[in-house]
Amino acid sequence: MRVGILVLFGLALLELTGPGAAVAQSIHSTIQRVQSRMVKVFGAGGIRRLHAYSTGFLVSPTGHVATVWSHVLDTDELTVVLADGRRISAKVLGAEPQLDLAVLQLKADGLELPAWNLASDSGDAGPGTRVLGFSNMFKVATGDEKVSVLHGVVATKAPLATRRGSFETAYEGTAFIVDAVTNNPGAGGGVLTTRGGRLLGMIGKELRNAETNTWVNYAVPISEIRKPIEEIIAGRYRARQREPEGVDEVARFRPLDFGLVLVPDVLFRTPAFVDRVQPGSAAARAGLQPDDLVLFVNGDLIQSCRVLKQRLGRLEAGGVLKMTVRRGDRLVPAELPVPAKSSTPSGEKSR
Amino acid sequence: MSLGNGSNHGLGRGLLLVLLATTWIARPAGAVDPAVLAAEQARVAVVSRVAPTVVAIFARGGRGGGSGVLITADGYALTNFHVTRGAGTFMKCGLNDGRLYDAVIVGNDPTGDVALIKLLGRDDFPHATLGNSDALRVGDWTFAMGNPFLLATDFHPTVTYGIVSGLHRYQYPAGTILEYTDCIQVDASINPGNSGGPLFSGTGLLVGINGRGSFEKRGRVNSGAGYAISINQIKLFMDHLRSGRIVDHATLGATVSTREDGAVVVDGILDASEAFRRGLRKGDEIVSLAGRPIRSVNQFKNILGIYPKGWKLPLVFRRDQVRTTALLRLRGLHRDSELTGTPKARPRPGSPRPKPRPGSPKRRPSRKAPTAKPPEKYKHLHVKKPGFANYYFNLQQQKRTLVGLARLGDFSGLAEKWVLAGKTVAGEPYQFTLGKSGAGLDWKDKAFFQPLDKGDPVDEPSGSGGLLYAVHQWKTFLVKREKGFGTFHYLGSEPLDGTGNRVDVMITELGNARCRWYFGQKDGQLLGFDFQREEDTDECELRFQGDVVRDGRHWPKTIQVSSAGRPIGVFRIESVQMKQETTR
Repeated sequence: MRVGILVLFGLALLELTGPGAAVAQSIHSTIQRVQSRMVKVFGAGGIRRLHAYSTGFLVSPTGHVATVWSHVLDTDELTVVLADGRRISAKVLGAEPQLDLAVLQLKADGLELPAWNLASDSGDAGPGTRVLGFSNMFKVATGDEKVSVLHGVVATKAPLATRRGSFETAYEGTAFIVDAVTNNPGAGGGVLTTRGGRLLGMIGKELRNAETNTWVNYAVPISEIRKPIEEIIAGRYRARQREPEGVDEVARFRPLDFGLVLVPDVLFRTPAFVDRVQPGSAAARAGLQPDDLVLFVNGDLIQSCRVLKQRLGRLEAGGVLKMTVRRGDRLVPAELPVPAKSSTPSGEKSR
Repeated sequence: MSLGNGSNHGLGRGLLLVLLATTWIARPAGAVDPAVLAAEQARVAVVSRVAPTVVAIFARGGRGGGSGVLITADGYALTNFHVTRGAGTFMKCGLNDGRLYDAVIVGNDPTGDVALIKLLGRDDFPHATLGNSDALRVGDWTFAMGNPFLLATDFHPTVTYGIVSGLHRYQYPAGTILEYTDCIQVDASINPGNSGGPLFSGTGLLVGINGRGSFEKRGRVNSGAGYAISINQIKLFMDHLRSGRIVDHATLGATVSTREDGAVVVDGILDASEAFRRGLRKGDEIVSLAGRPIRSVNQFKNILGIYPKGWKLPLVFRRDQVRTTALLRLRGLHRDSELTGTPKARPRPGSPRPKPRPGSPKRRPSRKAPTAKPPEKYKHLHVKKPGFANYYFNLQQQKRTLVGLARLGDFSGLAEKWVLAGKTVAGEPYQFTLGKSGAGLDWKDKAFFQPLDKGDPVDEPSGSGGLLYAVHQWKTFLVKREKGFGTFHYLGSEPLDGTGNRVDVMITELGNARCRWYFGQKDGQLLGFDFQREEDTDECELRFQGDVVRDGRHWPKTIQVSSAGRPIGVFRIESVQMKQETTR
């Protein structure tokens, strides 16, 4: 442990050699330059502990914004506030949920904005590099107020491996791990730069290890997301296929066929919570209630809304659906008859 | 989560070892830029210079505490209101000389979360130099110092180092009246117990008082965003705090919101406010306040939030392309009872409140001021009075300010009839006759009269704000001082007429009539006063110029009178008679 820190410090000092004084001189201009390319994103959320805001950075002078893929974008009323305070509506142009990436397009013509040129402005860094993190964490900046800036050091660059049960993340590639508290509410979509203002990565969502109750501060390297960003802007991006066996399946039954309305599927793995139960439906007769969490269907573990929809989609008509839900601290079994035929159109793809 | 002493010291020592080892390893390789070593030396020098000014505050009886910073040699120190609120009238304060000092509360600013205390027993306390927080830039290095988690049993402050993350931040009040306006955001660790401690600039100037952080789901520990009250805001309140009062912040009497096009417009206004009387209406666009352009609601709140109740600020607003400038006296943000009554005792979410020392029983510090007995030696330094944190200090300020009044000469016993006469600068003859049962003015071929034996002050001459009663109040102030009024206290200081030099302000009240008396801060000279017949009416403003000695007493050469932004007249005093009253 000590040795590790020793190495880090050594590297940090090495990094400083050379243009140290020059870097110190330009820190204020670096911050100003970066802040002018940052935007605040306001969208869906505001309920429970889901924040309704995040951060983004301009990747084209005509108004393309790269940001983190999250529930905030799940709305038709997306607003982007530029560094100079202008408020502009935006739409999601494209997204790559596996990279936790989305690209927004501002709905305004004739924009000439200060923007990152991903080809010439970005770079890479190793452990010990002194870095700055920029984001609108805690929504502390509004209007033309500038986003917050934190200082820190790259602790390591390593794969962000998901560990089931402790933490799960959509992004599983290499990430910069930093010693500053960069990943706060609303910080996702912010940027990590060198002190000279070279773009290193996009700050990810908050990530907590459930076992140790510790939080990871990380950023997705620009090298991982540059190509998808450019392809989304060019209009020739195809999202990576995920869980291909489910995607093109025809769903025979849907939650609504049983009188179940699930919570909006906004996360990579949205827990399968019941939002509403239609009165008089099979679900109502079986005693299901809002806020029940569906854990098992016919003995299969249900990890998310999507998985539940897939399982229902594969049911055979006329059987019995055995369900186990968690209600408060209790596990509650329920049995629902599977109707003869789905009442909803079944041609569209499962999402 | 446990943040025990032992583990922390261990970590600290570990880091120190690592740092030493690193420099030792790196040097022979020539890897360390001399600039880095020089910067380190400079940091160490700054810390050792300012550390003696940092105060560890403990409530008497050991119930909670916080941090503070000394700002004068005679012991005045700044901290957070949410620290003193729980600590009571007398506190114990530790300095890094290892000694524990008694301290007494001086003044409280519950809205701004600032308190002034005074350490006792020395007149040569080490103290910090106040900086200029408006000169800070995002990215500047800062030191936060204090006693997080109440760790330091030897009173050596903990130092955390970080950069300015944001400036002119606005932090909403959360459940209480506390509100952080125009504050400084830093990424130096601010933790429970840091409350009230100093934020120093990279060169060791005091630029803020740490008091709050953004904590959400990670528990009550630093999460990368700490907030400090700017020292420039505190400078505006400093004399108010020294007055021993519980001070209030200000409102315009109008609320604003952002219009579609981004303009900040009035969306509600009190009919009783001075802003309304000067023409501000719903829908008007706010162009600037206090000389700063307004581009967002936060900015409006930021600018307004740093000023004390009662100050005058220039407001520029626009309607149908017509710009109007008005100099407005700011209203109080709260009713007196809101400030002095036990403010909603819930701690705000987001304020770093010190936790009980690790290992001590989990007892919540009582929100009621502890009733521990004051130290016998110092108990005369606290005087209770409603509306005051400590009236003792107001008495001291009254004494200091009224020295200027004594220099004007001896007016005692001259409560009989006064006749002041002369011409205005416009050449109109006038005569004030101030008797016991009435005050009269002959001016412009008219006679104005204010009865004094019954009835309320009247607006005579009409539109003057009540010049006759005002002149009568002046006579009362000179002759009877505190004996002539129901309320008589030192308020603090403000720039004369919004933009002039700072003046000390004394307040007198008699019935609904209220006067603000202005004394030059340098020479103690009485420069004039504002008289208000009752709340929410336009004031009669009198300004004194020149100095003429008659019979050993000093009189102004001229009195310039105005009201509601309009001049009433400039009266040259050419003769003064003070004789026995005769029946009219």
